[in-house]
Amino acid sequence: MADVIEVGAARGDAPPPAAKAARRAASAGRTGRATPYLFLAPYLVLFGVFGLLPIILGLWLSVHQWDFQLPNRPFVGLDNYKQLFSSDSAVYGDWWQSIRATAIFTVLSVPLLVVVPLGLALLLNRSFPGRTFFRAIYFAPYVLGVAVIGLLWRFLLDANLGLVNRLLGVVGLPSDTPWVTNMPWAWISLVGVTVWWTSGFNAVIYLAGLQDISPELYEAARMDGANAWQRFRNVTLPGLRPVLLFVITTTVLASANMFGQSFLITQGTPGTETRTVVWFIVEEGLRNNNAGRAAAMSIVFALLLAVVSIANFRLFRYKED
Amino acid sequence: MTTPTPTTDGPTPGLRRVGLYATLVALALIFLVPLVWMVITSLKTYTAAQQIPPSWLPNPLAGYGYEQILNNSANPVLRWFLNSMVAATLHSALVLVTASMAAYSLARLKFRGRGVTFALIVGTLFIPPTSLIIPNFLIVDQLNWIDTLAVVVVPGAASAFGVFFLRQFFLSLPNELEEAATLDGANQWQIFYKVVLPLSRPALATLAVLSFLTNWNDFLWPIFVLFSPEKLTLPPGLGLLQGSYVTDYPVIMAGAVLASLPVLILFVLAQRHIIQGVSRSGLKG
Repeated sequence: MADVIEVGAARGDAPPPAAKAARRAASAGRTGRATPYLFLAPYLVLFGVFGLLPIILGLWLSVHQWDFQLPNRPFVGLDNYKQLFSSDSAVYGDWWQSIRATAIFTVLSVPLLVVVPLGLALLLNRSFPGRTFFRAIYFAPYVLGVAVIGLLWRFLLDANLGLVNRLLGVVGLPSDTPWVTNMPWAWISLVGVTVWWTSGFNAVIYLAGLQDISPELYEAARMDGANAWQRFRNVTLPGLRPVLLFVITTTVLASANMFGQSFLITQGTPGTETRTVVWFIVEEGLRNNNAGRAAAMSIVFALLLAVVSIANFRLFRYKED
Repeated sequence: MTTPTPTTDGPTPGLRRVGLYATLVALALIFLVPLVWMVITSLKTYTAAQQIPPSWLPNPLAGYGYEQILNNSANPVLRWFLNSMVAATLHSALVLVTASMAAYSLARLKFRGRGVTFALIVGTLFIPPTSLIIPNFLIVDQLNWIDTLAVVVVPGAASAFGVFFLRQFFLSLPNELEEAATLDGANQWQIFYKVVLPLSRPALATLAVLSFLTNWNDFLWPIFVLFSPEKLTLPPGLGLLQGSYVTDYPVIMAGAVLASLPVLILFVLAQRHIIQGVSRSGLKG
């Protein structure tokens, strides 16, 4: 590699201000013109093949009828897209069912995933012995994969053998709730498990945000006689606005991309009511061999999420003024 | 992270403190009891786990679940464990090498096209990875990577997160050390290797741990690109285990315990790195 580095040694930049010139000449003497690109190259190969190429390939697939098992993959124009929006196509019902499932899950889970972790963060944002310990415990479920928590909660929520109904029975509540097979329990279970699993993650992000709020602001509010609620309303919330925007945006995206929980815990039941968009796309593309149509769905879905994210951003930006 | 902002009035009175700890412990139980129950159930016999209502403690204490997963040729759980270990380790190493080099170039070197390159990389952070699964499947299929180790090690390393995360860190390092090294006659490779990387150990450790966790836990991708029982990683393997044992919960929970142990141990050892990585990066991995 040494010879490559020497190649660009005699780089002739436009003359910068005198003081900087000497320094830059010194470093240019040691830096080949190719060096920055050589540093980038290994990552850019990965990024090109698995980051950029799939975007282009996805667009290309979406205008073809692509079956892994068939030799002919004819160009079909926008047919794959049209099918998603015309009620007489074979895929229409299942596609919109999956959108509906995803929307329900997102609308139910996001408010809880924004508020519950904020509560945890406020609780942890004080000085008391054991603070780091409790923070670690609240965060712990997040380090487990969806496969583990899926299997675990499928078991805990089992109507007969599960711990949840067992504990409800102990405190005298109905102990035969069909948590994973009937509505509305299936949604309650999926949302509850997700809150249990990922609240610690958002709480840690909030905590970092809370610690960036200057203590002087609280001091000043206290001097003005503000009570705890007023301090939360007028100091904490405004101080957290950027963090809140971040948490809401990423949580909406995470919830909209939900797959593992319903795949493992409710297994799509009742019927296919809890089968999400991501699940339906991979099923259509990789199980039913309709890669072209699945690619069109991916693109429609990505655009939909982009619109939601932008709306989120606008809403919060607007409020800032 | 060690200087919490007091949000209560003055020193907390005793009664208040009791209330605080009661709340903290109650919440801790909600997060912990399910995990404890997983371990308890993994130590039960099949009959004990089938009791309605379930017994609180494993009586008799049984190694049944673990025997089943360790001596089962249709569900080679130990093999999945090793596959996951190898895949997550290699993935983490690949991310560290490629992302640190790219991030160094983007943060510290000047070159034509730097702005565009960085914008392109960061831009992909806004594309949900799930929407690229179908075309990525086609690509790994063309590479003949389906059902191989490479398919769970390599594609994920294209994520922009590592580059973005390390670039932020490299930008925060002082320029003086590099300038001193340059005057001593070091070239960019030497500066990168001998000055920047040693200074970045905390950030590199954080990225290594987060990449390991992400890969160890990945479920959606491996269930579609790995097929042979001996090629699976743990997450798709656990799905298979659930399919074969249905309600034989001691066996399923033993599998879940085996999949949880390494990441829980890693979490205990590297808690600071994981939590700071999450809170400082400002971006989901």
